[in-house]
Amino acid sequence: MAKKPVRFTHNGRETAIFAESGSNLLDVLRRVVGDLSPKYGCGQGTCGTCIVLIDGEPHLSCLTLAETVEGRKVDTTGGLQNGPDLHPLQKAFMEGFSAQCGYCTPGMLMAAKALLDRNPRPTREEVVEAISGNLCRCTGYDPIVDAILDAAGQTSGRVA
Amino acid sequence: MITVETFDTIAEAARAMQDRTRYFGGGTLLMRAVNYGDQSFHRMVRARDASLRTIRREGSRILIGAGVTMSQIIASPDTAFLAPVARAIGGPALRNMATVGGNLFAPHPYGDFATALLVLDCRARTADGSDMALEDLLSRRDSIRGIVAAVSVARPAGDDFRFRKVSRVKPKGVSVMSIAAWMPRTGGRLKDVRVAYGAMGSAPARVRSVEQALEGRSLDSQTVEAATRVATEGLHPPDDALASAWYRREVAPVHLRRLLFGDGRR
Repeated sequence: MAKKPVRFTHNGRETAIFAESGSNLLDVLRRVVGDLSPKYGCGQGTCGTCIVLIDGEPHLSCLTLAETVEGRKVDTTGGLQNGPDLHPLQKAFMEGFSAQCGYCTPGMLMAAKALLDRNPRPTREEVVEAISGNLCRCTGYDPIVDAILDAAGQTSGRVA
Repeated sequence: MITVETFDTIAEAARAMQDRTRYFGGGTLLMRAVNYGDQSFHRMVRARDASLRTIRREGSRILIGAGVTMSQIIASPDTAFLAPVARAIGGPALRNMATVGGNLFAPHPYGDFATALLVLDCRARTADGSDMALEDLLSRRDSIRGIVAAVSVARPAGDDFRFRKVSRVKPKGVSVMSIAAWMPRTGGRLKDVRVAYGAMGSAPARVRSVEQALEGRSLDSQTVEAATRVATEGLHPPDDALASAWYRREVAPVHLRRLLFGDGRR
């Protein structure tokens, strides 16, 4: 199968790979780059677990043609932590028991990061809107929304 | 095997279209087809043409490039009247990818944005320079071979334009139906009314029976009731996993009434 060279910045690191023609970014990240943090869920843009940031904006990597990220910046959950230190969102998710099966978590974290990077003090409604394209079948969403508000330094109103 | 060819201009991309070739816009329809093993095409053509991502005023109308995303629609002051429609489509990630041009070809039950454009006197411009009414394009969209380069829409005044999306999943879900209406008034009476439904047929379509019930009348209870009585006249809504045809017929008058009484104002 024909392959195309693609160069992009992956979690801050210059990356050059060959992508199969017509392949999606998620496949390239997982199978070629070796970053297993974004997950394959539905393959149709419904579940959001494959969300990555491209130039800081959330995108569905399963629907992104890999070659379109040429020269762009791609950030995934795998690049969130700083060495042994978890990102504040990861800490808040862990402390708030915001993951049960955990399959939606990578997409939730990246959708939340996109929101907080743009709007560090979101309202609850803004958080709900930011993750409106992410499905969770375990938590009922409230612990996730609470964790994002906690990471933003907002009170979530949750009783510990 | 899927091959991908990228061109600098939309005109070059249009010339490269052949059998079993699909035009790649934002990817939300086409990559989904690829992921699910669609064998009906083996070649994708795309263009880097900056004009595809442009929004600009043209007199009393707005020209929107076919590659403009839903996020761009929300961000641009020129398309503020369409922002509530764009916000109703998917989450932020999808809106960063889904394009105006793609929505014109989105199969049932998608196409909420096209439903809104339909009432705004929308005309589609293809890469070869031809121009057609959106209604015409939607009626034969499966057989059109050209590439839509841009759409031109009228700018509604005040609260003349209304849109309502009905979904069973909150805060975001696929449409059971969507309704758009453009209701200009002259001397207190409705004039040149346009009403369209999405997800009530194979493609978004205008609802002539409702338009006729509203035309020339004032928007009072009597007029609204007359319009709701013919809300599904001549329509053949589909059954799908979201709703049966029966359910769609039952709820359409309810949601039309709510829209006409003001729920769905900008």
